[in-house]
Amino acid sequence: MTEEIQKKSPLRRLMPLIIFALLVALLWYGLSLNPRLVPSPLIGKPAPEFELPLLNEQGKLTHLDLKGDITLLNVFASWCFACRQEHEAITQLSRQGFRVIGFNYKDEPQDATAWLRQFGNPYYVVAQDLDGRAGIDWGVYGAPETFVIDHNGIVRDKRVGPVDAEYISETLMPLVQQIRSEQT
Amino acid sequence: MRAILFIALAFVLAPAYAGPVVTYDFASDEQEALFNKLSNELRCLVCQNQAISDSNADLARDLRDEIYGMLQQGKSEQEIVDFMVARYGDFVLYRPPMKPMTYVLWFGPALALVVGFFVVVRIVRKQRQAAAQEITAEDMERLKALRSEAGRTDKNEGGAG
Repeated sequence: MTEEIQKKSPLRRLMPLIIFALLVALLWYGLSLNPRLVPSPLIGKPAPEFELPLLNEQGKLTHLDLKGDITLLNVFASWCFACRQEHEAITQLSRQGFRVIGFNYKDEPQDATAWLRQFGNPYYVVAQDLDGRAGIDWGVYGAPETFVIDHNGIVRDKRVGPVDAEYISETLMPLVQQIRSEQT
Repeated sequence: MRAILFIALAFVLAPAYAGPVVTYDFASDEQEALFNKLSNELRCLVCQNQAISDSNADLARDLRDEIYGMLQQGKSEQEIVDFMVARYGDFVLYRPPMKPMTYVLWFGPALALVVGFFVVVRIVRKQRQAAAQEITAEDMERLKALRSEAGRTDKNEGGAG
């Protein structure tokens, strides 16, 4: 009986330490997660149906227009500060030949127009979601958000928060390559 | 005096600004109850620790309007919940659904309780066993033998020292 306890004891004595270490690892991992990033249930699904008027242009934009090529649908607004932060990165993507479509979320047309005049308009077209109804269908919960839609009109990724160099090199470019390889 | 009155008024009036102020008209009490239930169980995505019902965020207001509109159309509770989950994911639900991914969440606490129970039972049993061990005649013999042996070594050591 006593011998048995003595044999077990080194592991037993270490047990609380092991449990503590596991807990620390778990909580440490938890701290590294961003609670504001809500995974989109739309990924892998067709773009939600919508039909929105264009800003300063005749015509409408619908979900059908998203097909044919890779589209970056960039949710922005003139009232959104972080949209200014990502504006340069968005402009660069547009210059690289990406079809970047603006999704002007809950904005006033004249404010949006002034904003684009001031900072430059990188968008192929800008759709206006004045009341945010289409935004709800897209699961938008704050600008900026950027959706990557493939040539078949399937949502492939959603970026919540400003698009930056890290997102472009680590997520967007590999995804674009993968989509291109699927196309051929 | 005016300052005191102002401060007093501020306290009296403050609760009026505490919550969202838009009111809705409902066709029936059940509908209103369902509206309140849904907007209390769905999470606001902008201010994540608030339900849609008590958030002043723009999106929460839009979603309240959306829920109200769907109720007016006669949509059921499940249809409205599905609508929200299809757009914002399980995250909007304060009550997470039972899925393989959430089993730990649902069963973890109960499992921890059961494991804890068995650990406590084992410890108590061991202590009782230790206490209940009787000293037999054989043990006494061994004890005697050990004692005399120890006494001899003590003497030897004493002699050497």
